[in-house]
This record gives sequence, C-alpha cells and structure tokens, in this order.
Amino acid sequence: MSPSAHAAHLAQLNVATLRHPLDDPRTAPFVGMLDSVNAAADAAPGFVWRLVAEGADDATGLRLAGEDVIVNLSVWQTQEALWDFTYRSGHLEVMRRRREWFERHVEAHMVLWWVPAGHRPTVGESLERLADLQAHGPSPRAFTFASSFTAAEAAAAVQGSAV
Amino acid sequence: MEDIDAIAVLQDPVRRRLYEYVAAQGREVGRNEAAEAAGVARTLAAHHLDKLAEAGLLETGSRRLTGRSGPGAGRPAKVYTRARAERSVSLPARDYRTAAELLAEAAEQAGLDAGLCAAARRRGEALRGSAAPCGSLDEAMEMLAARGYEPCLEGAECDRGAEGAEGVEVAAGATAPVVRMRNCPFHAVAERFPPLVCGMNLALLEGLLGAGGPVRARMDARPGECCVVVEASKNNTY
Repeated sequence: MSPSAHAAHLAQLNVATLRHPLDDPRTAPFVGMLDSVNAAADAAPGFVWRLVAEGADDATGLRLAGEDVIVNLSVWQTQEALWDFTYRSGHLEVMRRRREWFERHVEAHMVLWWVPAGHRPTVGESLERLADLQAHGPSPRAFTFASSFTAAEAAAAVQGSAV
Repeated sequence: MEDIDAIAVLQDPVRRRLYEYVAAQGREVGRNEAAEAAGVARTLAAHHLDKLAEAGLLETGSRRLTGRSGPGAGRPAKVYTRARAERSVSLPARDYRTAAELLAEAAEQAGLDAGLCAAARRRGEALRGSAAPCGSLDEAMEMLAARGYEPCLEGAECDRGAEGAEGVEVAAGATAPVVRMRNCPFHAVAERFPPLVCGMNLALLEGLLGAGGPVRARMDARPGECCVVVEASKNNTY
C-alpha cells in the first residue's frame, strides 16, 4: 500500500429530506435521539470528525442542499468503523424508523469517498461527490457500502487520470 | 471442503457434542474444557476438535489460558471457536437466499418497511401459538433458542468482557437482566439491508413475545450480535 493510501480516511455524506419540520411533533422522536446518537458517534471506534453548525451540537440547522434537506457529513478511519456505527449502534434505531421522518429518495442519498487524513470535507465538495455518484454510478471517486473501493484503488484512479 | 462433506463430519456423536459445546460458549474454548463438557478424554477431544477445524467448522487459535504472560506463563494452549462461515445443504437444491436478497432489494427500493414489519409481526404472533404474551425471560429464551437466535443472559454466560460492556446503559438500572442474542438468523440479508431486515426482525420478535406482557423486545445493536435485546417491560410488577 502506498503512503498516500495508508493515510486515507473515509468521508461520508448523507442527505435526508424531512417530511415535517424539525419542530413538528411528528419529528420529535428523531430530534430526541440526536444527542445520544451524536454522542455515540463521537465515542465510536474509528470516528474522526463530523460536521457541526457553528454554535450548535449538530448539523441539522445547515440547509445547504435544500430547505427541507438535512445533511450528515463525517469522516472515519475505515469503512468497517463507519459501517459498525451506522448499523450496529444506537444509530440503527434511527435508520429503522427513517420512513417516519424522511421522504424516500429515488436517487442515491448517501455517498462515500476517500480523503487524505486530516482533510475536513466541505458540504460543497461533498455534494459534488453525491452528484458524481448519481450521474455516473459507483466509482473510486464516489461509492456506497454495497459497491465500495479501497483507498489504494481510489489513489490509483487519481494517478491514472492525472497521467 | 463442500458443505455436505463438512456437515457429514458432525455425524460422529462425540464431534457433535464438542461442536455444540464450543458453539454455545461464544468464546474461545480450550481442549481440557471441551473434553470435560463432552465427557471424553483430553486426547480424544483434541483429535475430534482438530477434525472439526479441518472441516472448517471450528477456527483455532492459541492463548495462554492462565491469564499470565511473559516467562513462566507456560506454553500457549490451542483454543477453538465456531467458524463464522455458513454451511447448508438442501435436497433437492433450493436457493431461498437469492430469493430473499431480491425481495429485500425490491422492498428497500420501494420503501416497503411498514408492510414488511406488519407481516413479520403477524408471523411472530402465529409462531407464538398462544393468545397470552410470553410470560418470563426464561420462556423468551426458550422460544428464541428454538428459532436459532442463541440467546444468553447478559452478565452471565453472555459476558464478552470489555468489548461488550460499553453499550448504552438502560435507564431502569444496569443490574436489570437483559437477554442478548449471539446469532442473527437473517445474517446475510441483514448485512445487506440492515434497517429493513433488522426492523423486520424486531417486529417478528415483538409478535413472538406478544404485546403488554412482562417482557419486551428492544433494538440495541452491537457488532457481531443480533440487533435486538429482550428485557423485562417497564412498569411491570413481576
């Protein structure tokens, strides 16, 4: 493995369209779980960073992808660490009830990509990765859990396209 | 080794006892312990344990079982755990797994979670086969064991050490007994579509236990285990 691939971290963006506003009683169970789930993420093995709005505990106030669209942007050491948190922690309960609170997306709403360790992706660049996945399908630039690429494959693809 | 050959290795009754004992512990088991549990001599147990490992049904490692390390700690002992790989034989050949994966993929894309959970809850109720809800944690463990969940009481034989101890504490108190399950009967599809299939599993178990009784199912996912735990219902006086 090359040094650059070794120092790669996995970035994750998820967009979710709220069925009802955050202060609506129908969304209250979701809001009630935010603090504990975010705390579980912060303490999870392999967690590196997550986007938080200035002066807030989470990113639900940021509406950079649409008025009703909340974004979830984070960085992890490995894909396994992110998978275990997403589906094998208190976060699974949020996922299980997602249809109660969020619209069903026809297009991809979650994207993964590799970043150099230490890099903090912006919402702008993250939305570009999501658009890439939606337009071209999974690639080393933008992929999903079910169709993933290693950091080495991503680095090789970047080198290949630069030649 | 093909599945049918690996499964055939279990035909020997001593091997089968050893396999079932190791599988039920959910941790590494040494030769002495396995021999004692199966009621056979250590050398015979070692022979059969290694046959099971050759067949890919058990995995081996080496550990110092005394807990000591460094000079004087003694030679590491050979230990065994159940292999994670699935083995199955169907005669005539059937392929329910592909069917399950395709149905799950379609249900996921169409957002059919609520309909799937309703069907799972009805199935659970039908499987319970009695109008009354499940009466106790012991009864729940029997029902879960019969369906392949490998239940165990947390804090007892279920204790997995520091790794398992970092879960979210239940508000009712850390001493309240909780039944965890080591095996997910829907593993392959649950790994591919976790929210959909784990939600289905929770609904199935809720139906199986029944509503309003002394025990309830709750989602509490951890790596390597079933995503659901069973515990005493809140506000119950049993």
